[in-house]
Amino acid sequence: MASICIYLQIHQPYRLKHYRVFDVGNDSEYFNDAGESDLNNGRILRKVAEKSYLPTALLLLRMLEEHPGFRVSLSLSGIVVKQLERDAPEVLELFKRMVATGRVEILGETYYHSLAFFYSLPEFERQVAKHRELIARVFGVEPRVFRNTELSYRNDLGTWADAQGYAGVITEGWDAILGWRSPNFVYRPKGASQARLLLKNYRFSDDIAFRFSSRAWGEWPLTVEKFGQWVAAAEGDTINLFMDFETFGEHQWRETGIFDFLEHLPRELSKNPRIDFKTPSEVIAAYEPKDEVDIPHILTWADTDRDLTAWVGNDLQRSAIEKLYGLETGVLASSDTKLVEDWRRLQTSDHFYYMCTKWSADGDVHAYFSPYASPYEAFTSYMSALVDLEVRLRRGEAVSP
Amino acid sequence: MNIPFLVNMLAFVFSLFVVGAILGAAFSRTEVGSRVIAQARQKLRVLMFGWEFPPFNSGGLGVACLGLTRSLANKDLDLVFVMPKRLPGPVPFAKIVSAQIDQTQTEDGRTITYSVTDYSINSPVTPYVSSEVYANSKDGLRFEDGTPVYGTDLVSEARRYAKLGGAIAKREPHDLIYAHDWLSFGAGKEAKRISRKPLIAHVHSTEFDRTGGDGIDQRIYDLERAGMHAADRVVAVSGRTKQAVVDRYAIPEEKVRVVWNGIDKTTAPAPDPASPKRLSSLKKAGYKLVLFLGRITIQKGPDYFIRAARRVVDRDKNVLFILAGSGDMERQMMHLAASLGIADKVLFPGFLRGHDQHEAYALADLFVMPSVSEPFGLAALEAMRVGTPVIVSKQSGVAEAIPSALKVDFWDVEKMADLMLSVLESPALREELSRKGVAEAAGLTWDRSAEEIRSLIDGLTLRAA
Repeated sequence: MASICIYLQIHQPYRLKHYRVFDVGNDSEYFNDAGESDLNNGRILRKVAEKSYLPTALLLLRMLEEHPGFRVSLSLSGIVVKQLERDAPEVLELFKRMVATGRVEILGETYYHSLAFFYSLPEFERQVAKHRELIARVFGVEPRVFRNTELSYRNDLGTWADAQGYAGVITEGWDAILGWRSPNFVYRPKGASQARLLLKNYRFSDDIAFRFSSRAWGEWPLTVEKFGQWVAAAEGDTINLFMDFETFGEHQWRETGIFDFLEHLPRELSKNPRIDFKTPSEVIAAYEPKDEVDIPHILTWADTDRDLTAWVGNDLQRSAIEKLYGLETGVLASSDTKLVEDWRRLQTSDHFYYMCTKWSADGDVHAYFSPYASPYEAFTSYMSALVDLEVRLRRGEAVSP
Repeated sequence: MNIPFLVNMLAFVFSLFVVGAILGAAFSRTEVGSRVIAQARQKLRVLMFGWEFPPFNSGGLGVACLGLTRSLANKDLDLVFVMPKRLPGPVPFAKIVSAQIDQTQTEDGRTITYSVTDYSINSPVTPYVSSEVYANSKDGLRFEDGTPVYGTDLVSEARRYAKLGGAIAKREPHDLIYAHDWLSFGAGKEAKRISRKPLIAHVHSTEFDRTGGDGIDQRIYDLERAGMHAADRVVAVSGRTKQAVVDRYAIPEEKVRVVWNGIDKTTAPAPDPASPKRLSSLKKAGYKLVLFLGRITIQKGPDYFIRAARRVVDRDKNVLFILAGSGDMERQMMHLAASLGIADKVLFPGFLRGHDQHEAYALADLFVMPSVSEPFGLAALEAMRVGTPVIVSKQSGVAEAIPSALKVDFWDVEKMADLMLSVLESPALREELSRKGVAEAAGLTWDRSAEEIRSLIDGLTLRAA
């Protein structure tokens, strides 16, 4: 028996507008670009909702109705939930209906889609708690499986989740940490007693998320029949297909046939009595862990490096994030809710991703995901906004006794 | 057909446009062509070759051309300012000029289009960069559709311009030829070959300045050298530049005159008191602002600025450094600031113009110009004019002209940091430098520069006559 475990990530950052030196001390609305650019958050959200969130959620709902055995799980950052409430409430309603079927699990993560775990554990815990409250309020459920931003993981995250009573943690099934082992089993995080580790099968996941429409790929076009054969032939207990929700309709446009693929997947796979669908919690409950996995260094699901270098790999990114967390004490002491909220929104990992210069001086590889003309533009706006945060802190200090 | 004759005749890609610059105190651009033509024949006629002219300019060369020609026009001269290429401007003001001047014809009945063009640009990159950098630059002068204004190879553009020089000299009556920098030297030299009138070559910068002395372009050096040698007089913008002209281009010392650049309301309009003072928010929050404003290139020494900043921050956390401008070293400077741990103390606002630029000059507590090699350095005067204390490198020409300003070797970052801290920590010193700076800048007018050039012209034309 093998299970298909699908989890889809839903997240949108509050993109920082072009923030100039002349704005410092004068304009503290960092995220309110209202123009035609890709920095207008409401505009982006409505566009993605139309292209991906709405059609995909409608399709998934229908699939849940038609196939009683179908399962899919979601992880939503807190800030995407807030943006959906404001700009696309109909999408959120569909997600709620999905969760109400009882066959859609919601995962835990940080409210701000941040890298706080690696910079400030107390702040990380505050954001996880804030996310739990939001998920309870909106969906009426409590996350039992945790996924850290960008599937980032290290042994201490596993022991943290274990101590918090999570059933498991999700991360990347990267060869370098698995060695000869397969990602298609449940594992134990090093040092954990109860919690389990679920690992992304990046080959199958990327076949859908990245290669689906690539005509340069030898297996193009990917059909559900072909995919069903691969899955049936795979060894192991669980095949974890983890990807962005936007894969459907945004990264892979409707014209590629991605929606047809998704729609026919449950029917095709259920032809094989040895295959079923499970949520992460169900996988953890159904299968015994095969081994302990030791991940002493940070692992993520990004790029060929599978580490944090896309976010904090260059000195600009490190300067920015160190400065940001250096402000923590002052910001929290200010008890200025707007200031705290802005500081937290600036923790979202996307801001650092936009400053990545990893593959070329122009950051071409990341250009698709960046609304800025260059990583340097992203950096200058970000640093100017941080100086504005400092100015606000200083003013607060001047006011308070 | 109303196509300019020269275009057909020479079959060059670029057409000829002559900017009849200049006018009296009112400097109304709509009068440009008519007054020049109407008053032409009684005055001494100067045929001036340039490369850029504000507002379509990218740096100090265009500014100097504007300042000088405007003031020279008040000195009983008839000036015709030639540019190699018409630069179509999307603004109304360019159309006004062209419409009026379309009627202008030369004696032999051919149409010459006079045009002052307006075109806003993003970048200070042009004649002041090396040809190679220019070719590689993504930020060069560009038309709206992205095509470069002057092509990708400055040297070949300058050579084509030179070929036109003779044709223009035949058509534009003149008593003296005047050429600004190497891009125009070829045209001036060719004009002189045709008309045998005296030639003045004005050196605003040399190839050694632009490259920081490292890896000069031999072709450009050759053009500079040939232009200076062909000239009857060479004008250098500073004693420092004169020394380079004598030492590196083998021009006899007696042939070179030093004429400092100037500053007045023509080239640096006084800040509007009603203009925003957004940077004052930073100052109210307790920060002191140190400004660098210029192209972020090796010539301007931005790296020394940042290294000095590192030392200042060690002593005073309330200082912010603003590195304004763009250029091929901008990204490298961001990495440098980050690697020195002061990424949060060095802000990069990009290329500033208009209000932004005035505000930066006026509200900075200190302006620093750490140029490695600066023929003059007008930016220092712009800061002084609005009362901002300046520190300039000893390797900048302007240092000769501003006795009160603080000076330091560009490489001596320790001393530079000490001077910065002295100014920032001492209101009395700041006040003193501000007061003297305003007075010294006030004495350095374009009129003063033009007066010196006028007497040089008189000397040459009298001799020629």
